[in-house]
Amino acid sequence: MTPPIPSDTVISVQHLTKMFGAFTAVNNISFNVQRGEIFGFLGANGAGKTTAMRILCGLSTPTSGSAIVAGIDVSTHAEDVKLRIGYMSQRFSLYEDLTVEQNLRLFAAIYGMTRSEIDAQAATLYARLDMTSLQRTPVRDLPAGWKQKLAFAVATIHNPEILFLDEPTGGVDPVTRRKFWELIYEASSHGMTIFVTTHYLDEAEYCHRVSIMVDGSIAALDTPEALKAKYQVATMDEVFRKIAIQ
Amino acid sequence: MSTLSSLIRKESLHILRDRRTMLINIVMPLLLLLLFGFAISNEITNIRLAAAVTRHTPATQQTLERFRQNPYIDFAGLVSPVDIDSLMQAGCIDAAIILAPQGNSLKSQILVDASNSTMAQSAVIYLRSILAPGSTPMPFNIRVLYNPELRSAYSFVPGIMGMIFIMICAMMTSVSIVREKETGTMDLLLVSPIRPETVIAGKLVPYFLLSCIILCSMLLMSYTLLELPMEGQIWAVVGVSVIYVILSLAIGLFISTIVSTQLAALMVSAVLFMVPVVMFSGMLFPIENMPLPLQWISCIVPARWYIAAMRKLMIQALPISYVCREVTILATSTIAILAIAIAKFRSRS
Repeated sequence: MTPPIPSDTVISVQHLTKMFGAFTAVNNISFNVQRGEIFGFLGANGAGKTTAMRILCGLSTPTSGSAIVAGIDVSTHAEDVKLRIGYMSQRFSLYEDLTVEQNLRLFAAIYGMTRSEIDAQAATLYARLDMTSLQRTPVRDLPAGWKQKLAFAVATIHNPEILFLDEPTGGVDPVTRRKFWELIYEASSHGMTIFVTTHYLDEAEYCHRVSIMVDGSIAALDTPEALKAKYQVATMDEVFRKIAIQ
Repeated sequence: MSTLSSLIRKESLHILRDRRTMLINIVMPLLLLLLFGFAISNEITNIRLAAAVTRHTPATQQTLERFRQNPYIDFAGLVSPVDIDSLMQAGCIDAAIILAPQGNSLKSQILVDASNSTMAQSAVIYLRSILAPGSTPMPFNIRVLYNPELRSAYSFVPGIMGMIFIMICAMMTSVSIVREKETGTMDLLLVSPIRPETVIAGKLVPYFLLSCIILCSMLLMSYTLLELPMEGQIWAVVGVSVIYVILSLAIGLFISTIVSTQLAALMVSAVLFMVPVVMFSGMLFPIENMPLPLQWISCIVPARWYIAAMRKLMIQALPISYVCREVTILATSTIAILAIAIAKFRSRS
């Protein structure tokens, strides 16, 4: 029997398993994420973070188990969940040969915004992104930090309930990373649920709750404070080392 | 509808922004047509000929005059029989003729440089017919149908079209889809509410339009510069070509579902699809002359059917009812490949 899902739970994962041939990428994981939470999904490279996230986004199907996202079973009704989630991939994928404006307009249209709606919002959006003068610049000419910001704007253009961020801060400098987390906090303060994978352990401190994946399983799941208290260490970095080396 | 048009606009921007690729796509087909049409030719002209005469008679004078007048022959002049060898070795002449009058008859010998055997054979046939007009040993009255001047120019057109569309449609589409997989933008499209069919249409429509432009320019060039006979049904040529373009697009989509890197997409479309088009489609090597197993292989090469249909429609100028078999095969494989490719594209790993 699956326990009833509390009303403010936006992601509910039960016994989720994903196998590629004989290799088990995700091994029987279960967890819930609350509305408005910043949920950190930690693990070494190859621990199964991205695979699990791709299942939650409907990009991949689980071998067994269930994943309910925004009240919808993603393995059977992936299409219905798509309007309610946003996704930003590793490497902040955008169309490099198109300009900032062309990328924004394309994704706005993809998420069903009409031309007049886009026109009305465009100015505010550029001002918020600080990109008014860069509208006609091809994305490939932008510095990594700006690309990241633009990718974030594209992922949230339809104001999704849940935002999935797959290692959103890879390859950018600490100052830019810090600024990016301010964007995440701002979105979270408006009630958006943030599901973020990372392997920067200082970023784990910014999350409301973190789960640590080791070899496809969840080895620990709690608030950063509770984890540090449990393992009697000062930083998440040490927590991670203790768990991962076991 | 508006998402589809946004996707089409985006794909067109990709195509237009990559100027070099686009230029190659538009110019290369026309260049190939020109090359095969004019530069590469099975006919020979300008046979450089020297003549040696043992004794001058009115008959030898007459024969020499015929060689001087013939437009296919560059008459190099009279030489001594002993010089022929050295002239040929030096590459100054392609053929030589020795005339030796004996009594009332005229004995003759043709010497030809056969280092290119095709040219040598054709040259011998020309020279013999000039030597003895009207008295050819062949009692037949030969009439060459459909291509009366035996011009190779337009016999290459169907083959080039068969090759070009596989190259542009299959290669370009597969590479452009796989590029999105590599850069991760495909994931952005797939997590968005757009239906996978719309993503596919957004990819195929721009390349379809590009192919139509190329088709028009190739046909225009064939019917004007290459002087292909106009009495064929051009709408049938266009119709069958459009089916073949869609088939090639479907092949490109299919390739993109089985590979994950742009390089692999290029290799698969080149090795698995381009090579068979050149080898097994009848474009260069007649299928009828192949061993039976190779003839069977040629049956699964779509270009074979397309080229066969185009030969009938463009060169023989036959009505569409003569290519029913080819059209049926092309249409069926188009639907089958498209269905498989869409199903594979939709299935999530």
